Amino acid sequence: MTTAYKTEPLKTWQKAKELRLKYYKDYQDAHKTGGIRWTGGAWAFDSIPAGLGRDVYNITGEPYAASVAFDRKLSMECMEAVDAKGWARDLCSYMRNYWGSMYLGKYAFGGEYPDPDFCFQDHICCSHAKWYQHVAEYKKIPYFCIDVSVGPYEDLDENRLMFVVNQMHESIEWLEKTTGRTYSDELLIEAVENEQRSTSTWAEICCLNMARPAPLDEKTMYSLYVHGTLAKHNKEMADFYEELRDDVKDRVDRGIAAIPDERCRLMSDTQPPWGFLKVFRYLEKFGAISVGSLYTFGLIGIWETKPDGTWGPRATSMQRGETITSRDQALRILADWNLSKPEWQHFYDPNLKTRMMLQIIKQWKLDGVMLHLNRGCEGLTCGIMENRLGISETGVPIMTFEGNMGDEREFDEKRVMTRIDSFMETLGLTELTT
Amino acid sequence: MFDKFFDWYHNRHDYARQWLDKNDGEVVGCFCSYVPEELLYANGHLPMRMLGSHEPQDVTEPHIFGMFCPFCRDVLAQGLKGRYDYMKGIVLAQSCLHLRQSFTSWRNHVPVDFAHYIYMPNKVQTEHARPYYAGALEKFKTALEEWSGRDITDESLRDAAELYDENRRLMHQVYDLRKEPNPVVTGLEAIVMVASSFMVDKKDHNAELKRILPQLESRGYERETGARLMIVGSEDDDTEFVKMVESVGATIVTDDHCTGSRYFWNTTEYTGDIMSDIGNRYIDRPACPTKDWEERRRFDHILQLAKDFNVDGVILIQQKFCDPHECDMPPLRTFLEEHGFKSLSLEFDVTVPLGPMRVRVEAFLEMVGEEELF
Repeated sequence: MTTAYKTEPLKTWQKAKELRLKYYKDYQDAHKTGGIRWTGGAWAFDSIPAGLGRDVYNITGEPYAASVAFDRKLSMECMEAVDAKGWARDLCSYMRNYWGSMYLGKYAFGGEYPDPDFCFQDHICCSHAKWYQHVAEYKKIPYFCIDVSVGPYEDLDENRLMFVVNQMHESIEWLEKTTGRTYSDELLIEAVENEQRSTSTWAEICCLNMARPAPLDEKTMYSLYVHGTLAKHNKEMADFYEELRDDVKDRVDRGIAAIPDERCRLMSDTQPPWGFLKVFRYLEKFGAISVGSLYTFGLIGIWETKPDGTWGPRATSMQRGETITSRDQALRILADWNLSKPEWQHFYDPNLKTRMMLQIIKQWKLDGVMLHLNRGCEGLTCGIMENRLGISETGVPIMTFEGNMGDEREFDEKRVMTRIDSFMETLGLTELTT
Repeated sequence: MFDKFFDWYHNRHDYARQWLDKNDGEVVGCFCSYVPEELLYANGHLPMRMLGSHEPQDVTEPHIFGMFCPFCRDVLAQGLKGRYDYMKGIVLAQSCLHLRQSFTSWRNHVPVDFAHYIYMPNKVQTEHARPYYAGALEKFKTALEEWSGRDITDESLRDAAELYDENRRLMHQVYDLRKEPNPVVTGLEAIVMVASSFMVDKKDHNAELKRILPQLESRGYERETGARLMIVGSEDDDTEFVKMVESVGATIVTDDHCTGSRYFWNTTEYTGDIMSDIGNRYIDRPACPTKDWEERRRFDHILQLAKDFNVDGVILIQQKFCDPHECDMPPLRTFLEEHGFKSLSLEFDVTVPLGPMRVRVEAFLEMVGEEELF
C-alpha cells in the first residue's frame, strides 16, 4: 500500500539531543570551575537561583529520574536500593529512581552521582517537599521549598499571589545566606523573561500539532518538552524552542507528517511508562497517533484562553509591552505565570482538568483518549477517574491502562497491548497492511 | 463509663439527625482534621468529621483510582451510599491529595448545597503562612455567611474557640491519666472519646467529659497494663485492631494520629484578632507529615510523647498508599530506634487481617519485653 503522508526527521533533532546532554554534563562539571550545583523538581522556580550567577547549574529530579527509568537495568538497581531502605513501593517512582541513583552513587549519564550544594524545590504534590527533605537530610545540605498550593488560577487573588511572592523573596535571602553570594536582580529578570519565552513558545509548538497530518507525535514530543523541564529559565533553551517552533512550522507548511498513515488522532494522559514507549509505536500499526496530551502541552507550557475561546500560548510580559524593572515585579510575574500552569489546576479540582482536556479534544480534533492510570505519580493521577467520567459523558471514546512511569514491575506489557487492540477495534481501526 | 462516647461513635447518624431536629443550622462534613470547625460552629452548624465505616465497598472505583489511600475511598463510599443524606454542606482544608479527591468526588456526585475548599498552606513553617491563612479564613467566613444568611461575629468566633479549647483541655486531662503506671483509660476508650468528639456538639461532649473525669480519677481499673504502647500514623479509628492489641498483654497509652492527639493537642493563643488566632492554632498544631517540612518537627513531638507517657514500644500504622506518612516512616523508625524506642511497622487497609496482625503484635510484645526477661 502507499502511504498518505511524507515523513522526515526534525532538522533540530540532533541539537535537541546535544542540548540535553550538555545540560547534564554542565551540572556534572560545575564544581570544576567553582560553579554551584543545586537540585529540585522540574516545577521548581529555577529562575530564582539563576540570580546567583551564570555558573549556577541545576538538575531537575523528574526528568533525571525518567532517564534512569529509561535504562531499565539501572532503574531496577535503583528501585531495589530504595526498597532495601524500607521505603514503600507505591511512593512516587521518579522519587525512588532519583533516591536510588543517589544511594548507589551512580549518575545516569556516566560517573558518580554529582552531589548538589543545596535543594530548591516547590510544593504542590504530597511528595514534592518530602522528596528533597530526604535528599537534604541524606546529603546534609541546605533546603528551601516554596509552597505554591494556593488554589486554581481562575480564583487567584492578591492574598494567594502574595503568599507565593513573599516566599520567593524569603528564598532569595536564604540563597544569599546559603551560598554567600550577592544576588543579581538583573540575572533574575533575564531568567524570568527567558522562562516566559520558553514556556510560551512550547505552547506555540504544541498548537502547530493541530495540523493534519500532525508534524509531531507524542513520543517525539517527550524528547522535546524535556528541555523546558530541565532549565526553562535558560536562554539556550528559550532560543532552542524558537528554532524548534520554526522547524515544526516548516513541517506544517510542507505537509510533513510524524507518521505516514495518520488516520486517527488520540491523546494520552500523565507521564508514559518510560521503559515501554513502544506503546506509541504500536499505535502506528493502526494509523493512530497520539498528538499530545495535557501532560505534554501543559506540564511546562503556559497557556491562556484567547478572546475567541480557543486555547493558545500565554502572552509574555515582553509581548504585552511590560518592562520588568525590579525584583518584586519579576517575582510577581514569575509567580502569576507559574500559577496559571495547566498541570497545576487539577490538583484542586478534576473538573478543571476535564474542561481543559475537552478543549484539547475539540481544538486538536481528536478521535479518542488513552488515560495512563499511572501508579508511579499520585500528583498527575489525582482525579483521573473523574476525568474519565467527564470525558466519556461527552461520548468521546476513552480507554484506560494501568502502569507506572518509572517502575517496570508495575507494567504488564501484554495486557496493555491487548487493551489497545480492543480500543482500536472500538475506534473501527484494523492493522494497516504493509 | 465511656458508654456515651461509644454510643455517639456507633450511632453518629442518629445523633446528627436529632441535632438537626433541634437546631436551625446544618450538619457540615469536614474532610480533614485541619478544617477550622470553630467557624462552622460560630455560624450555627454542627461540624462532623468524615470517617469511613471499615467495610469492603465497591462504589468508589469509578471515582478514585485504586492507588489512593483506603481511607479516602472509604470516606467517599459513605457519601455514595447515601449514609450522610442529611448533610447539606462539606468543607475541605487542604492537606493531602488523597482526601481532596473524596471531597471533589463527593461534591460532584452527592447532593450538597455548600462545598468549600480552604486553601490551607502546606508550608506552615514560614511566617508568611499566618497572614495568608487568616485571609483564606476570611473567605471561608464570607462563604458561610452567604450560605446561611447569618453573620459570624467576633464574639461568636471567640465563644466557639473557647468552647473548642475547653474540649481540648478536657481531653488532655483524660490523656494525662494515661501517664499513670496503671492507666485507668484504655487506648480503645481514648480513641472512641476523640473520634466521637468529631461527631457531636462540643457542648455535649464537654458535659460528658466533665461528668466522667471525677469518676475516672477514682476508677479502680482491674486489668493488667502490660506493655505500654504508642500508636503513630495518619487516620486510625480501627477499634477492632486496638481492641485486639489490648487483649494480648498491652495498653495503648498515647498516640500521634489525626484521629487522636493531633486533633486537640494545642489550644488557641488569644492575641486580639480572633480570626488569626483560630488560624494560627491550626498552623501551630502537631503537624501531619504533609505539612512537616522543610524541618522535621513532628519527630521531636512524637519523641516527647513517648517519653511523657513512658512508652515501651511504638506501633507505626501506615495506611496503604498514604504518601505523606510513607515519606516519614523509615526515618521515623530510625529516629525512634536512635532514642531507644523499638517499633513495629504495620500496613493498614479498610479492613485489617486481625489474625496475622495479632501474631506480629505478639512477637513485638515479646521483643519489647526482652529486657525484662534477660
